[in-house]
Amino acid sequence: MAIGSTLKDLFRDYRFTVAFIVLLFLVGLAIASFFSPYDPTIWYYAPRDLKPSNEYILGTDSRGQDIFWQATFAIRNSLIISVVAGLISRIIAVAVGLVAGYQGGRTDRVLMFISDGFLVIPLFLILVMLAMLIRDKMNIFNTGLLLAVFGWAWDARVLRAQVLSLREREFTKTAVLSGTPTLELVFKEYMPYITPLAFSTLINNMSWAIGMEMTLSIIGLTNMDIPTLGTNLKWALNYQAILMRRWNWILTPVVLSVLLFIALYWLSISISEYLDPRTRVQRVGGE
Amino acid sequence: MFLRNYLIPRLLQYFLVIFLGITIVFFIPRLAPTNPVERTIAEIRSRGTYLDPNHIQAMVDALTEMYGLSGSWLEQYKDFWVRLSKGDFGVSFFQFPAPVMDLIKQALPWTVGLLLTTTVLSWLFGNIVGGMAGYAHNRGWSKILDFLAMFIRPIPYYVVALGLLILFGYVYRLFPIAGGATIGALPSFTWVYIKDVLRHAFLPALSMVMLGGASWFQTSKLIVQNIKAEDFVQYAQLGGIKESRIMFRYIIRNAMLPQVTNLALSLGQILSGALITEIAFSYPGIGHLLYSAITTGDYNLIMGIISMSIVAITTLVLIVDLIYPLFDPRIRYK
Repeated sequence: MAIGSTLKDLFRDYRFTVAFIVLLFLVGLAIASFFSPYDPTIWYYAPRDLKPSNEYILGTDSRGQDIFWQATFAIRNSLIISVVAGLISRIIAVAVGLVAGYQGGRTDRVLMFISDGFLVIPLFLILVMLAMLIRDKMNIFNTGLLLAVFGWAWDARVLRAQVLSLREREFTKTAVLSGTPTLELVFKEYMPYITPLAFSTLINNMSWAIGMEMTLSIIGLTNMDIPTLGTNLKWALNYQAILMRRWNWILTPVVLSVLLFIALYWLSISISEYLDPRTRVQRVGGE
Repeated sequence: MFLRNYLIPRLLQYFLVIFLGITIVFFIPRLAPTNPVERTIAEIRSRGTYLDPNHIQAMVDALTEMYGLSGSWLEQYKDFWVRLSKGDFGVSFFQFPAPVMDLIKQALPWTVGLLLTTTVLSWLFGNIVGGMAGYAHNRGWSKILDFLAMFIRPIPYYVVALGLLILFGYVYRLFPIAGGATIGALPSFTWVYIKDVLRHAFLPALSMVMLGGASWFQTSKLIVQNIKAEDFVQYAQLGGIKESRIMFRYIIRNAMLPQVTNLALSLGQILSGALITEIAFSYPGIGHLLYSAITTGDYNLIMGIISMSIVAITTLVLIVDLIYPLFDPRIRYK
């Protein structure tokens, strides 16, 4: 199916349209950070605690920074972290899912045992422990990497289930009997089925990574000099922004992150419903 | 047959997960580039305390002993298990000399209370309301609830907690903003004290029930929509059985079964969520304890909390898995 008609079908879902527009807006903000007049690591370049005005759209915070421009950096870095975490963990999940599903037998049992272990253990705590120990080396990439190591278990199961069903289909038998090498079979024949699924899990995983980064920042385990949605919120909390009723400061990261979470979630359910033929018939009207 | 085909492999898995989890907890600090002993000393110094050099060596020795870092790794590892089996995690460094186990014991009732109530409430609430919404999926109220769930579901625990805290703790001052009970109130079985505890627990519990409920609601609604299309339901409808009976006895009961398995799988996440919620509300449970342990760099306390949590959660999951056949007459583990 052509990409154009796929997109047209997707845009029939109001959730996809809304999510798409909101994401476009947020990515726009992230790109705007490249044109920021200020360096986000410098303090006191502006008067402190100003209310929103023409010069400072969202006012300034107690560190003498422009809240609006600071937020653009935060979105950019949070998105980068989530993409790093999402992509790397997708590679792990696809590899584990493919190998476990295709090989079956003992390999499958061992891999699924590991991923079950990851599901059962309260991962947040292990993450906390690791983050504590590499606290001095936490930068955007390392944060993403750390989250990637923990974000693959559930999706590996989903992908494995898909591979299991593909393995039982006729075309697999035809390919194997006609001597297609395993790698070629997997990459040429299975990938078209795996890729959309991996993509829809990617969005969920990105959302999880952004939330986890925020949580780690709140308990003080990320580098506070790098503006992210989490560290922005943490600074506001540290300066008692709630108590001082500085809503323009504390609510900026909160509202932006809520928009981001809802947009990513709507995008993902819209895509996964589209991928599921039963619900697609309902939406598209049996094409 | 039940024993050999189900119970023994399941128990084996249980012990293996605990073994691996605890082993990871043991090795992470030892593989890390920074040594917790040096770290603790640096932390004390950064607070501006002057330490004279002779003193430092004595402190290094004492800390090495205290963190269980003396001897070879193998000895330390064996020692770690021996201590763990006795429930001895050493003493907390920053609340010296309180044993870690005592601190955990003090915090535990708060977490268990919050966790149990909210998990049960949100599971029941989400499944029943979700089931009803799935049964009447074309009705207006069902669509409105579905729409609301789509807003709540993706938000992380901390942000929901913070939102409720701002709204009902600061803007409208309806509920207390921190703690598990009014400071200075003596624990007792009087109505005044219980009411106080409930008032403090309300917002943390609400935020967890909202999030948990929304997610159970969605899954349950989907499952029910699928069951509703099955033949036996249509047969029951044609047979003239009352709608409410079909909905509750025929459909929702069936839909709750897979949700028991889902509960077992998500317990780890729910615990993480409870700990995060406690941090947001300064609720005096394990999460809050963990937070203060992290901010003070109290390694023994952190290791204690994490080890305990791993054992507790895997045990809970095992229990849920083992009582599953009681709910589902179709499964007898032949």
